[in-house]
Amino acid sequence: MKNNKYPLGSTILTCFFAVLCIIWIIPIFEVLNNSFKSNAWVNMDAFALPSAESFVGFANYVKGMTFGNYPLVKSVIYSVVITVLSVGLILLFCSMSAWYIARVDNWFAKLFYYLCLFSMIVPFQMVMFSLSSIADRLKLNTPWTIPVVYLGFGAGLAIFMFVGFVKGLPLEIEEAAAIDGCGPLRTFFLVVMPMLKPTLISVGILQTMWVWNDYLLPMLVLDINDYRTIPIHVDYLKGSYGTVDLGATMAVIMLSITPVIILYLFCQKHIIKGVAAGAVKG
Amino acid sequence: MSKKSRGSNVNSYQIRRPMRRMWPVFILPTFLCFIIGFIWPFLQGIYLSFTDFMVPSDAELTLIPALEAAEKNPELITEAGGKFAYCMQAFFQNYRKAFEDPSFARAFWNTAGFAVVSIILINVVAFAIAYALTQKMRGSNLFRTVFFMPNLIGGVVLGYIWSMIFDAILKQYGTYLTANATYGFWGLVILVAWQQIGYIMIIYIAGLQAVSEDMLEAARIDGANGWQTLFQVTIPNVMPSITICTFLTLTNSFKMFDQNMALTGGAPTITLAGGTQIKTTELLALNIYSTYNIGRRWHGTAQAKAVIFFLLVAILAIAQLTATRQKEVQQ
Repeated sequence: MKNNKYPLGSTILTCFFAVLCIIWIIPIFEVLNNSFKSNAWVNMDAFALPSAESFVGFANYVKGMTFGNYPLVKSVIYSVVITVLSVGLILLFCSMSAWYIARVDNWFAKLFYYLCLFSMIVPFQMVMFSLSSIADRLKLNTPWTIPVVYLGFGAGLAIFMFVGFVKGLPLEIEEAAAIDGCGPLRTFFLVVMPMLKPTLISVGILQTMWVWNDYLLPMLVLDINDYRTIPIHVDYLKGSYGTVDLGATMAVIMLSITPVIILYLFCQKHIIKGVAAGAVKG
Repeated sequence: MSKKSRGSNVNSYQIRRPMRRMWPVFILPTFLCFIIGFIWPFLQGIYLSFTDFMVPSDAELTLIPALEAAEKNPELITEAGGKFAYCMQAFFQNYRKAFEDPSFARAFWNTAGFAVVSIILINVVAFAIAYALTQKMRGSNLFRTVFFMPNLIGGVVLGYIWSMIFDAILKQYGTYLTANATYGFWGLVILVAWQQIGYIMIIYIAGLQAVSEDMLEAARIDGANGWQTLFQVTIPNVMPSITICTFLTLTNSFKMFDQNMALTGGAPTITLAGGTQIKTTELLALNIYSTYNIGRRWHGTAQAKAVIFFLLVAILAIAQLTATRQKEVQQ
């Protein structure tokens, strides 16, 4: 590749895509732009750059931290807790189940596998009314226990992807481990788990994107007065006041997406590869 | 079952036997959560669709009060045309209410139109971008990174970002986003295209990179031009990716909720000739949610709508998979 000259057509294509990419990030740029302007100026002309009169510095960000009668920091913490616990649980338990399903392959394993496939096409609306009351009754309505619900509803896709991968692993390695005296637990954690790493990353990324951005499940299950996640927090900005302070809303949105985008820019290779691998399996 | 011959895997019994005893560790926790998070609410959901309920614990079959009413007033049965017909009507009362609800029909057509437009738009654009980015080109990694970025932002946040932008654009023409159902519909299409093109593009890139260079070379030597190579070699060979992508865009557009709720929330509302008010930019998932929120009398109907919705999604997903799978090239 390096020594080849790029043909003229490719240069034109590069220019075209450069322009398209700039258009592509305009929405995010506009959020940033408006987060520095006072509400009246956002309403007047959202596309104008901040001027001497409209520029309010970080006032919107300061206001955004406590805007909507709920500190943003709390929402961020709850979002992080829920996402980390849920994805951790899903990765651990679903990979274990998937190994069992792929290797034991008895009637129960088969039944569970087909139920998982089935659950992937069931929309959340089908289960949400009863799920919220079940979660309430079982006291799964706090950020520390809601991961159980996420494990239950997210198990389908995760198990499906893990089973697909485990079936491609050579059995001989596990046999060797068994002959060397490893029990199933040690075989799994010391032999199988390390081989599953690419799928763990794939599933982890897909589930993180889902749980972090999920709105309806925490909205229905959690006690909203005590616990809010970032999507719920943003939604309540619009609901809590008659007139919305757009400047402060944009500041809150900026605060909530910046860490995600920075994280993405640092490990975009893994994320893009993980998504591609995940989808091809699905 | 373990007697079945599996070539070199016959020995695997050595692994399976001790594993089978470990099922409480390996499979029980997930299965219990799966019951709590999926099986139980799914089955209860089907049951609730035939009941009248405030919360699931006080659910009562819609058939029961109807039978009581019939005991007091036997004319109801003759009006319905026999006892069986009367019972069936009462049993499926929620479903009947759902089908008679004009907002549900409107939401259905909105969803169908939205799905068709967004599936075509997203797949065509994403494929075109993926095709261009897999050609020899400077900066293709950077472009890929930028196009994928909107995927990281949640639907609710996206909805608020775009409602701000659409309002700012439409303000220059003296109007606003929720003034007109057409604006809301196309606004949602643009939003979802912006969000999902990057994701779908990634899948197409993976598919395109797997097309063997030899085959393309052979086509070129045989004298095929660029378009012929694209349509007769490349596209048939990326059919598996096309299957996945159309499946994902189809199910995503049918299940669309967050973006719809945050962008327009179904507004504007219009009043029909009969006096009933319906929201004009509501999709099915949002319609189910807002039906539930009308009040107690509608909880059962909302659940019945959810069952219909589930059947619709399931049938479409399976039909789509079988239809495109047939077109895949056997290798």
